[in-house]
Amino acid sequence: MDIIRETESKYMKDDLPDFNSGDTVKVHVKIKEGDKQRIQIFQGTVIKRRGGSLGKTFTVRKISSGIGIERIFPLHSPNIDKIEVIRRGKVRRAKLYYLRGLTGKSARIPEKRVDVQSNKGKKSNSNKI
Amino acid sequence: MSEEKREENSIQEPAESVGEKTEAKQANTEKEEGKAEPQGEFPVKFMLGRKAGMGRIFDADGNAISVTFIEAGPCRVTQIKTVKNDGYNAVQLAFGSKREKLINKPLNGHLKKSGLSSARYLREVRIEDVEGIKLGQSVTVKIFSEGDSVNITGISKGLGFQGGVRRHKFGGGPKTHGQSDRLRAPGSVGASSYPSRVFKGQRMAGRMGKDRVTVKNLKVIGVDAERNYLLIKGAVPGKPNGLLSIYSSSHFDAGR
Repeated sequence: MDIIRETESKYMKDDLPDFNSGDTVKVHVKIKEGDKQRIQIFQGTVIKRRGGSLGKTFTVRKISSGIGIERIFPLHSPNIDKIEVIRRGKVRRAKLYYLRGLTGKSARIPEKRVDVQSNKGKKSNSNKI
Repeated sequence: MSEEKREENSIQEPAESVGEKTEAKQANTEKEEGKAEPQGEFPVKFMLGRKAGMGRIFDADGNAISVTFIEAGPCRVTQIKTVKNDGYNAVQLAFGSKREKLINKPLNGHLKKSGLSSARYLREVRIEDVEGIKLGQSVTVKIFSEGDSVNITGISKGLGFQGGVRRHKFGGGPKTHGQSDRLRAPGSVGASSYPSRVFKGQRMAGRMGKDRVTVKNLKVIGVDAERNYLLIKGAVPGKPNGLLSIYSSSHFDAGR
C-alpha cells in the first residue's frame, strides 16, 4: 500500500457523522487555555465541504449578534471532539455562498424530509423530494 | 553470505510497497557473489533518497502540518576517497538500481569492488575523516532520528521559458493610465551611449527551474526503518521520484 495514504489513514476518524451542505451542525471544539482544556460549541449551517483524504474541510456559518461568522474546520482534526447533526437542510447546490448575502427570513434553509420507514432513509441524497 | 541475501531483499521491498517502476528495479535482483557486507554504524549523516510525495499529518497540538515522504536508501558505500589517493576525503554512496542492460562495463567494474551489481545514482560527500567507513557498507535511515535537522538538496521542477515577472519577481508596468503592452514588460535593461551594451548577468526572461536547490534546516518528523522512509516537515525541491541528497544540517558547519 502507498505509504502516504497509509500514514494519513492513521490520522483519519472513522466515527464521523454523515452531513452535507445545508445541514445545521454543532461542532464541539477543544480549546486549550494554558494547561487546561475545555470544549467550546460552534453551531451553524454547513455552507461548504471541500478537499479529499485527510485534507477534507468544512465551513460552518452562523450569525452571532448580527454579524456573520464563518469557521473552517479540518474534518479529521483532533481538535474536534464531536460533530452533532442538528437538522438536515434541503438545498440545491453544494456551496451555499449565496447565504452570505442574505439575512433573516430569506437566509432560512428548508428542512429535508426523511422517510424513516425506508432502509435508505438515513443516507443523505437518498431523499430528493 | 546469508547476510547479503537479506540485504538485497530489503532493497527491493520499499519499491514494491510503493508500487512504482518495480519491473525496472526487480530486473536486477540477483547479486554478484561477493564478500560479506561489512557491518557497523555509518559515521556520516548523509544519504540519498527518492521523493515519494507529500501528505499531511496532525501534530500533538492538533495542527495540520505538511510533510514530504522520502524513500531514503538503503545506500551502499561504493568508494572511499582519501587525501593520500585523491587529494581529499570523501565517501561515495550508491542508491537505487537499474536494468542490467543499462550498466556499462566501467560502472559494473566500479560497483563490483563494493559487491554491488546495480546502482542508479552515485553521489559523494566530502568528509573530515574516513575512519570507520568500509567499502560496501550499507547506509539506512537509521542514521537519522526524529527531531533531527537536515539539509536536503535536489533538482527543482523545470518551469520552462518564463518572463521576468515570474522568474525574477519584476514588478511589471502599470495596467492603466493609457498604458498598452506594458503590464508584464521587463523595463530598461541598461543605459544608452555609455556603455552601449547590456551588462552580463542582466536579469531577463528565460529558462526557469531545474536548478540545484538546497533547503536548509528541515525537521525530521518520523523515521520508518522497516520500509526505509523519512518523513520531513515541509517541502523539498523537485518532483516525485526525483533524487534527493539528505545531509545533517551541521554537516557543513565544520569549516566547509
